[in-house]
Amino acid sequence: MSATTDTTTPPQAEAETERRINMIEAINDALDIMLERDPDVIIMGEDVGYFGGVFRCTAGLQEKHGKTRVFDTPISECGIIGVAVGMGAYGLRPVPEIQFADYIYPGLDQLVSEAARLRYRSATEFIAPMTVRSPFGGGIFGGQTHSQSPEAMFTHVSGMKTVIPSTPYDAKGLLISCIEDNDPVIFFEPKRIYNGPFTGYYDKPVEPWKKHKDSVVPEGYYKIPLGKARHVTEGEQLTVLAYGTMVHVAEAVCADKGVEADILDLRTLVPLDIEAIEASVEKTGRCLIVHEATRTSGFGAELSALVTERCFYHLEAPVERVTGFDTPYPHSLEWAYFPGPVRIGEAIDKILKD
Amino acid sequence: MAAKAPQKSNAAGSNKPSLALHVPEPKFRPGDQADFSHIDIGEAGAMPRPDEATAPAEMRDFAYGLVRVLGEDNKAHGPWDPKLDPETLRAMLGHMAMVRAFDERMFRGQRQGKTSFYMKCTGEEATSVAASMALASDDMVFPSYRQQGILIARGYPIVDMINQIYSNKADKLKGRQLPIMYSARDHSFFTISGNLATQLPQAVGWAMASAIKGDSRIAATWVGEGSTAEGDFHSACTFATVYNAPVILNVINNQWAISSFSGFAGAERTTFAARALGYGLAGLRVDGNDALAVFAAQQWAANRARANQGPTLIEYFTYRAEGHSTSDDPSGYRSAQEREEWPLGDPIMRLKNHLIAIGEWDEDRQAAMDKECAEQVKAATKEAEKNGILGHGLHHPFHTMFEDVFEELPWHLEEQAEQATRERQIKWPDQHPKDFAGKGAGQ
Repeated sequence: MSATTDTTTPPQAEAETERRINMIEAINDALDIMLERDPDVIIMGEDVGYFGGVFRCTAGLQEKHGKTRVFDTPISECGIIGVAVGMGAYGLRPVPEIQFADYIYPGLDQLVSEAARLRYRSATEFIAPMTVRSPFGGGIFGGQTHSQSPEAMFTHVSGMKTVIPSTPYDAKGLLISCIEDNDPVIFFEPKRIYNGPFTGYYDKPVEPWKKHKDSVVPEGYYKIPLGKARHVTEGEQLTVLAYGTMVHVAEAVCADKGVEADILDLRTLVPLDIEAIEASVEKTGRCLIVHEATRTSGFGAELSALVTERCFYHLEAPVERVTGFDTPYPHSLEWAYFPGPVRIGEAIDKILKD
Repeated sequence: MAAKAPQKSNAAGSNKPSLALHVPEPKFRPGDQADFSHIDIGEAGAMPRPDEATAPAEMRDFAYGLVRVLGEDNKAHGPWDPKLDPETLRAMLGHMAMVRAFDERMFRGQRQGKTSFYMKCTGEEATSVAASMALASDDMVFPSYRQQGILIARGYPIVDMINQIYSNKADKLKGRQLPIMYSARDHSFFTISGNLATQLPQAVGWAMASAIKGDSRIAATWVGEGSTAEGDFHSACTFATVYNAPVILNVINNQWAISSFSGFAGAERTTFAARALGYGLAGLRVDGNDALAVFAAQQWAANRARANQGPTLIEYFTYRAEGHSTSDDPSGYRSAQEREEWPLGDPIMRLKNHLIAIGEWDEDRQAAMDKECAEQVKAATKEAEKNGILGHGLHHPFHTMFEDVFEELPWHLEEQAEQATRERQIKWPDQHPKDFAGKGAGQ
C-alpha cells in the first residue's frame, strides 16, 4: 500500500460497535452527529425538513433538532445556494441539499462566482464553509435529468472541493470532514448505491449493503480525511482510478476477469491524492480510468493528463478511459450508455495486451 | 372521408392585426431635448407614514407613490421627516461631499493611468450615505459596486480604499480584485462581487442566520434597477418573505443600466417597489435624492426588521448623473441634458440648501467643507501612492496569488506557485530570490 494512501479502514466485523447500515443511513447519521456537535450546522433544501428528503437522508432530523436547524426551502437552487453563502458569511456552517445533481445548474453562479471565490476575493475576510449535498449518477433509469454526473463542472472551479463516497463507512466519515472543512465542498452521493453496492451486472439481483464489509459504520463521530484515496484492492497488473458507483463496477469486472488490479477509490477529486496515484501507476505501469460522466472534458481527461505527465516513463500502455458516451443520459438505452462490464472488460484487455 | 372541415378562426394568417414585438425605447437619445414633466414626483410631505408593523397588502400606495420630505422651499415636510439634529445632518452632508470629492479624484486617477478602472456614484450619494446612517454600525450590508458612500459613512479609511483601487502592496485584498470591489468585514461591509445581484440572496441568508441565532443584527442589501431582472432578485424576494427574514432590499433605480434605460428592466408599466406586492413584502418608493427621505425609509424598514415584522423592499428613485464607469461614455446613448432636467435635483445641493434654510449652515462653510474634503482625498492619494500604483511594481508577492483559494495550499497550487516564481527568475535573473518571495519588487 502506498505510504500516502489513507490507512483508515473500517472496523472489523467483530468490533463491539458493529452496526451494518446503508449509505442513506450513514449520511443521516453524519448529519445527525454534526447537528448535535455544532450549533452552527444547519440543513436546508427541498423536502428535507418535515418529510425527511426524497431519499430519506434527512429523515427524523427536523423532529430531533428543530425547525430552525433543519428546514424546507422554496424550489430555487439559486436561492438555496445563495442564502447558504450568506449564512456562511454570518458564521454558520450550512449543509444545503440539491435534490438531484441534474438540478444544481440554477445555483451554479452562486457556487462558481460566489462560494468558491469568497475566501480569495475577500483575502479571508469572508468564507463559505458550506457542504452542498446532492445525489448524482445514473444506473437507475433516471433518464436525462436524474442521472447526470456533473463533477467535472466543479473540479474545474478553483476554490471548490469535490468529494464522492462509495461506501456507507466512507460516506459518513467523509461527510463529517466536509461539514467541518472551511472550504466549500460539493458532496456528490451516488444514488445508485444508496441501498447497496452495484456491480454493473444489472441483470443480477442487487445485494444490500448489509453483506458488504464497508457497511459496518461505527456510531458516533469519526472522520476520513479529504484528499486521500482508498485502496480498494491491491494488485500488480494495472491501476484503476475510479470513484462512486464505478468503484464497485470496476472491482466486480476485475474479479470476474481474474485481473489483479490496484483499484484506487479517489474519494476526493479536488484536492486529488496525486501521490497515491503516482505510487500505484509506477508500480503497475498501466492505468485505467473509469467514470460515468460523459467523456469529453470529463474528470478522466484530467486524470489521464496527470498520469501521462507524471508517470510517463513507467507507462507500458496508453492510459485508457472508460466513461459514459458524449450524449445526454438516455432512458431506454441506459445499459447501452452505462460504462458497464463489457466496456471496462474491453479496455482492460487492451491495456494488458502487450 | 368527410367533407373538408370549415376553416378555424385561428388558422394561419387569420389573426388581425399582426402580432408586434414591443422593444422599449428611452424617451431621449443624444441630441434630444430632455423633458421629465411626465414624471409625477408628488408633493414633499404628502405621503403618510404607516406603522412599521403594517401588513404588506395594505401598503399598495407606498409602492406606487413617492415618499419625499424636502420640499421646493428646502424645508422638511410631513410625517416622514426623521427630525435629525443639525449635527447629524451636517455629518450626512459631509459624508456625501466626501464621496463626491473621492469620486472626482479617483476618476481622474484612472484617466492618469494610476489604475485600470473606476465607478462614480454621482447623484446617488444619499442612497448609500443616508441609508447606512439609519442602520446600526454592525448591521451587515451587502452592497453592489456603487455604494462607496457606506464605507465613507462608516469611517473606513479612504487611504485603504485607494490602496485597493491602486492594487498596490498595501491593498488589503492583495491586488486580487478589480478596483472598487471593496471588502471590509470589520465595517460590516460584505465583499463586492462583479456578478450582479448575487448579494441579494446572500443578504437574505445572512439575515436568516441572524434570526436562527436569535441575534439582533439585521442585513441590508443594494442592487441597481437593471439587476432586478436577474433570477437572484426573485430568489431573494421569495426567501425573504417565506422566512420573514430581517433584511432590507434596496433597489437603486437610477434609470440606467450601462446603456439600457430602466424600461429594459420592466419600468415602463410598473415601479420597482411594486414588485414587493407580489411577494408579500412591504414596499416603499422613495425620492432617492432626498437624504431625509432616504434616511427615514431605511429607518422605517430597519425598525420593522428588528421587530420581527419582516423584510422591506425600497425603491430609491434617482438618476445616474455620470457614465456607468470609466469605460463608458453616456453621450453615446442618452441626452446630455438629462442630468440638468432631472426633476429631483442633486442630493448634496438639496441637503445643503435645507441646512441653510434652517439656519444651520451657510455657503462659506460649504465651500470650506468642499475644500477640506478635496484636501483630505488628495493627502490620502499621496499616502496611498507611496505603496504603489497599478503596474508600477509595488504589489503583493507572487506567492499570494495562490493563497486563500483554499484554506490550505493543495499540492497542485504549490506546484503552480513554484512555476510562477521560476518564470520570474527567468525573466529577471539578477534579482535576489528573496525579492520574489518577499517584497514583490520589479514588475
